[in-house]
Amino acid sequence: MIAFCGIELSNPVINGSGTFDALAARRVFGEAFERDFPFSAYVSKTITLEPRAGNPPPRLWELGQGMINSIGLPNKGLARFIDEDLPEYATLPAPLIVSIMGFKPEELVTMLQLLDGRDEIAAIELNFSCPNVKTGNIVGSDPVESEAMMTELRPHSTKQLIAKLAPSTSRPDLVAAAAESAGADAISLINTLPGMAFAPGSKEPWLGAGSGGISGPAIRPVALGQVARVASTVRIPIVGMGGVENGRDAAALIDAGATLVAVGTENFRDPAAGNRIASELLQIRGDRVATV
Amino acid sequence: MSDALGIERPQAPFGRRVAAVTARIEHGPYVSLTVRDSGGPRPIAGQFYMLQTVEDWGGGVDGRPYLPRALSFARVEQEGDGLLLDFLLEDVGPGTHRITELAVNDEMLIAGPFGNGFELNAASWPILVAGGIGLAPIVALDDEIRDLDGVRATIFVGMRTNEHASAAAHYGLEHELATEDGSSGVRGYVTELLAPLLSAKNADHVVYACGPPPMLEAVRSICAEHEISCQLAMESGMACGFGACFGCVVPTHDGYTRLCVDGPVLDGDKLDTALVAGAGH
Repeated sequence: MIAFCGIELSNPVINGSGTFDALAARRVFGEAFERDFPFSAYVSKTITLEPRAGNPPPRLWELGQGMINSIGLPNKGLARFIDEDLPEYATLPAPLIVSIMGFKPEELVTMLQLLDGRDEIAAIELNFSCPNVKTGNIVGSDPVESEAMMTELRPHSTKQLIAKLAPSTSRPDLVAAAAESAGADAISLINTLPGMAFAPGSKEPWLGAGSGGISGPAIRPVALGQVARVASTVRIPIVGMGGVENGRDAAALIDAGATLVAVGTENFRDPAAGNRIASELLQIRGDRVATV
Repeated sequence: MSDALGIERPQAPFGRRVAAVTARIEHGPYVSLTVRDSGGPRPIAGQFYMLQTVEDWGGGVDGRPYLPRALSFARVEQEGDGLLLDFLLEDVGPGTHRITELAVNDEMLIAGPFGNGFELNAASWPILVAGGIGLAPIVALDDEIRDLDGVRATIFVGMRTNEHASAAAHYGLEHELATEDGSSGVRGYVTELLAPLLSAKNADHVVYACGPPPMLEAVRSICAEHEISCQLAMESGMACGFGACFGCVVPTHDGYTRLCVDGPVLDGDKLDTALVAGAGH
């Protein structure tokens, strides 16, 4: 068993937020999905205070080693998430981590307060890939913004709080250290890297939103580098992710200092990737997976 | 499990499974591939599978393909305790290129069946409209209709040339044909066959269609004009096929709808247009 943020997990493999809709998967795959649930903890899609429709299509661009997406955080908003989805998530055979994002600190404070009493939730991931509306800086790639945000949010939640960093920084270690000093219980990284693609034979962007986030094996070395750098600085546990396709990739992130590894884009190619990667990881490392 | 249309949909096994190619037949520029599925339930017409090859998935144009490809099945047959699934493809990009070059005994990884499928209304006279490789789910639907007593479909097929049209003959479809170059059947688009029948208003019809977005939009608009219900099997760029990525959405009157779990068959009256950005890529 692995201890992470006060939860006992059966293995180190979880999912990246927004890469697996467990409620849709239950409709599609039925009982087999619950019996062979692919992750030791489940991270929800990012929820915002107000509902969001998401970005106009096209939303996907395929790369040789991954993809670019501009999904745009579609979700039904916090109130309907709590009423409709939370009771369903609570019946999944894994602890629930809820991912949230706010466009203003007040929104996040409200969300943390509304979620705080919910026993279904094991931990909350703060998606810090949003800009500060005043400064324009991305919170999760700026140490000053991260520390200020975390300081404001911390008193409003008794839950374990995971700060998910944004990768567009040369010093993720400083951002992570700032979040840690302001009370974060764990760090997760990396989110998608910004990028774009032209429509075939055109100078117009393909994606409906113009640009999007790159994921998959293309960003794996970035993930390994940033996880290693953050691990050399903080003492709190790290969820490492970025292009993990197999047990070897997961083992590398753990060697770089991650406690847990999240699988994202590979879920799209293989719905049961989480199970496969956990078992490959066990073969590679045996019981040498660190307990924090 | 019922979907929005109230259809009982077969449930996909969780994960991917290996399926070997048992037959490969060329129809002009099209290829039909049959694979042996030992692990899945019998699908219903309009459902689809996510396909990728076991070997050499990647390394084509720009290093692609990377993601699996969503393809509706054309025909399903029981074989022993497994199924033979038939897919119709055209080589239009790195993914379909790699799949169409497979030979007998080569292996694919498949997941599915996914999506809702057509909801056959047996009380009305079905009209089936196919364009290009949109023929696949129309063949499957016609097979289901032929299993029913007292129901026969009118089938219109549109193809670019008579070479493409040989695919419809291969599947034994009793159909009226339109080709764009006039090399076989009526010269023009398939909707030119559909419009006069709907104008005649001599029966209670439901239209079931699959084809390129401009064809689906023409079908939707003709059906709307004649107040005839239509079910459109649509396409969109898709990463996962099971609701995870939210990449395949199309705008409907209910907001953005995921084609993989709430489609790929949508009622025409839920759409302002079937011309969806990102389809046919």
